[in-house]
Amino acid sequence: MTSVPQPSAAPAAAALTTSDGRPLKAALAAAGARARRRAFLLVLPLLAFVVITFVIPIGQMLYQSVYHPGFANNAPAIAAWFDANPTGTEPDEAAYAALAEDFRQMQANKTAGEAGTRINYTLPETRSLITKTARAAQSLAPPYKEAFLAVDAKWADPGVWQAMRSSASAYTSDFYLAALDFERAPDGSIKRVEEKKRVYVTLFVKTFLLSLMITAICLLLAFPIAHLLATLPMAKANLLMILVLLPFWTSLLVRTTSWIVLLQEQGVVNSLLVYLGAVGDDGRLRLIYNQTGTIIVMTHILLPFMVLPLYSVMRVIPPSYARAARSLGATSWTTFRRIYLPQTLPGIGAGALLVFILAVGYYITPALVGGADGQLISNLIDFHMDKSNWSMAAALSAMLLVGVLLLYWLYDRLIGIDNLKLG
Amino acid sequence: MKKILTLSTALGALALPAAADDITVMGWGGAYANSHIEAYFKPFEAATGNKVISVDSDNPATPLKAQVEANNVTMDIAVLEIADAVRLCDEGLIIPIDPAILPAGADGTAAADDFLPGTVTECMIPTDIFATVIGYDASKFAEGEGPKTMADFFDTTKFPGKRGVRKSPKVTLEMALMADGVPASEVYATLSTPEGVDRAFAKLDTIKKDSVFWEAGAQPPQLLADGEVVMTIAYNGRIFNAAHQEGKPFEIMWDGQVYDWEGMVVPKGAPNEAGALELIKFATSSEASAKAAEFISYGPPRKSAAALVGNIQGSDQPMLPNLPTAPDNMTNALASSLEFWADRDTELGERFNAWLAAN
Repeated sequence: MTSVPQPSAAPAAAALTTSDGRPLKAALAAAGARARRRAFLLVLPLLAFVVITFVIPIGQMLYQSVYHPGFANNAPAIAAWFDANPTGTEPDEAAYAALAEDFRQMQANKTAGEAGTRINYTLPETRSLITKTARAAQSLAPPYKEAFLAVDAKWADPGVWQAMRSSASAYTSDFYLAALDFERAPDGSIKRVEEKKRVYVTLFVKTFLLSLMITAICLLLAFPIAHLLATLPMAKANLLMILVLLPFWTSLLVRTTSWIVLLQEQGVVNSLLVYLGAVGDDGRLRLIYNQTGTIIVMTHILLPFMVLPLYSVMRVIPPSYARAARSLGATSWTTFRRIYLPQTLPGIGAGALLVFILAVGYYITPALVGGADGQLISNLIDFHMDKSNWSMAAALSAMLLVGVLLLYWLYDRLIGIDNLKLG
Repeated sequence: MKKILTLSTALGALALPAAADDITVMGWGGAYANSHIEAYFKPFEAATGNKVISVDSDNPATPLKAQVEANNVTMDIAVLEIADAVRLCDEGLIIPIDPAILPAGADGTAAADDFLPGTVTECMIPTDIFATVIGYDASKFAEGEGPKTMADFFDTTKFPGKRGVRKSPKVTLEMALMADGVPASEVYATLSTPEGVDRAFAKLDTIKKDSVFWEAGAQPPQLLADGEVVMTIAYNGRIFNAAHQEGKPFEIMWDGQVYDWEGMVVPKGAPNEAGALELIKFATSSEASAKAAEFISYGPPRKSAAALVGNIQGSDQPMLPNLPTAPDNMTNALASSLEFWADRDTELGERFNAWLAAN
């Protein structure tokens, strides 16, 4: 008995040990490390999946917004001339000779289309210039300047040379410039594009404003529903919950098309209004194929994303708090504002963030019901994907991503991201 | 670096491995792919014993680019629109096809003279011609009082009612200029000048507030059927289908039609290139393309095929009057310009989007 050391009697310096004599601290650390390794091995498949199918492709995609080697890879000679001569240098015979060499190579490798496509992004109407000149590459002979001008007089245009200069480096900011409605002037300076061609900044602003508006409408509609769901007896609440979830389980396209049937000029809503005499037959409301349509349909589609987080938060708010406030003399408005609302904030934050982020990237609904003025920036991203201009699509996506991250940061600063409850 | 991206894209388009003699064709699905299966693939299989596998895609140009760049080509033939074919040909992703291998027409005309001028390009042999036209609901107009010219489409005083307009500058701008009195032969010359572009947009402005913009080809017949519009820019095949298969009172105004063509290409590195070329020779013959036209209202690109086109499949009405290539329908037609749109697609697309977004 006396040989058993008493913990209280042990000297302060002696470390605790396990039964086999190892220091307890090391044993705990080893056990902890084992558990962490096991946990890591368990998530490894998911991690690998996310990296391979998400992080790498997205990273690649974003990389393309600053990297387009279409011209740089196929025109090394002229790129070298650009490196040796500063912006604004009048192209001399050496420049034209270098260009002729590149064109012969492009013709041999069939890469003129690739090179032309790249320059065309910076300056329209140059793709055909490049392919046409490449087809004539074998007949180009000194003096090269005259030979080029004989193929097409556009070769004297300083704008074409500036476009080649900015495409001659595989790394470029041209796509971001274009995504901000800027372009390069022939002298290399940066200027805004003509007013009738400006579209991206307007659409970015519109996308964010419409998304905010949709988020606000969703919140206004979802709050009472969620409150009702949270306070009803379980059996009735479950039934109502199914009503909320039912549209959620229905195909997005079906729901969008149903809205078209409802809202179009010869549709259910308008016919009902005409029948009731609220509007005349020739004064049918335009509820779809415009911004109004986009807002209505997106609000409906995104509503469950607001209801669910709100519901999960409201369900656990004890009703006794509100009753206590009332018994202490607060009016019902004060009770709501100072007791109930603050407790629902994590749900509001989560719902608003979800709806907003989904709305900002929404594509198919505005494409189908947006008409002329209900387009969002995602429709332009699709436009560029469709034209195989992946770099421009990537630049627009990157800007959208930055915009969302900024708002996320703002949210974190104002409300705090740990104060978020998704369900 | 680009490899990884294209690889991950190509992974999505994995096809089952095909046997060595099989020929995999990537097409567009729907009635269009069906016309290929009935008129090209089944007779080809019967004649040669080689199996043809038909795969559907949204636009085969996208998976083709991804597959060739990832060096993992699973298709032997892709059915492409001409604009995509020229672009991919310039980029070296599809192989050149020597038109000399093509058989002579049914009437003995050499292949080079038989195809409509300009339709055979370096890498693509055309299979059919489709047109963007004005479709209208004949029941909304008095007998024979429907729109007759492109100018009528833009005249909302004479023909009140909403218009369906494609949400794209391509074809739309051309039609606007033709409506404004520019002859078909000068449309692209006019559109190449800044004034010409402004003129086209000014003409579009006149119907902007009466326009319903559509994106997918299935929308215009639906807009007509719902009574949302009285006339609309549409693909001729869609209007034809609604009229003949669903019995809708829709008619096509051929004045100012803008036609385009589609055809077959062989991707670089196709597993069965020899078989692919055999199938292309077979499918682009006068007989096969005339047969395909009986299943879908796309015109055969060979002149000698017009006489061979029979009745609409499953009916006793002749198909020829419904084809863009019928002589009566070609009186004021414009061939869509590849060169122009390859150069100006992005620029005018941005301008068009800016025009849409402006109030």
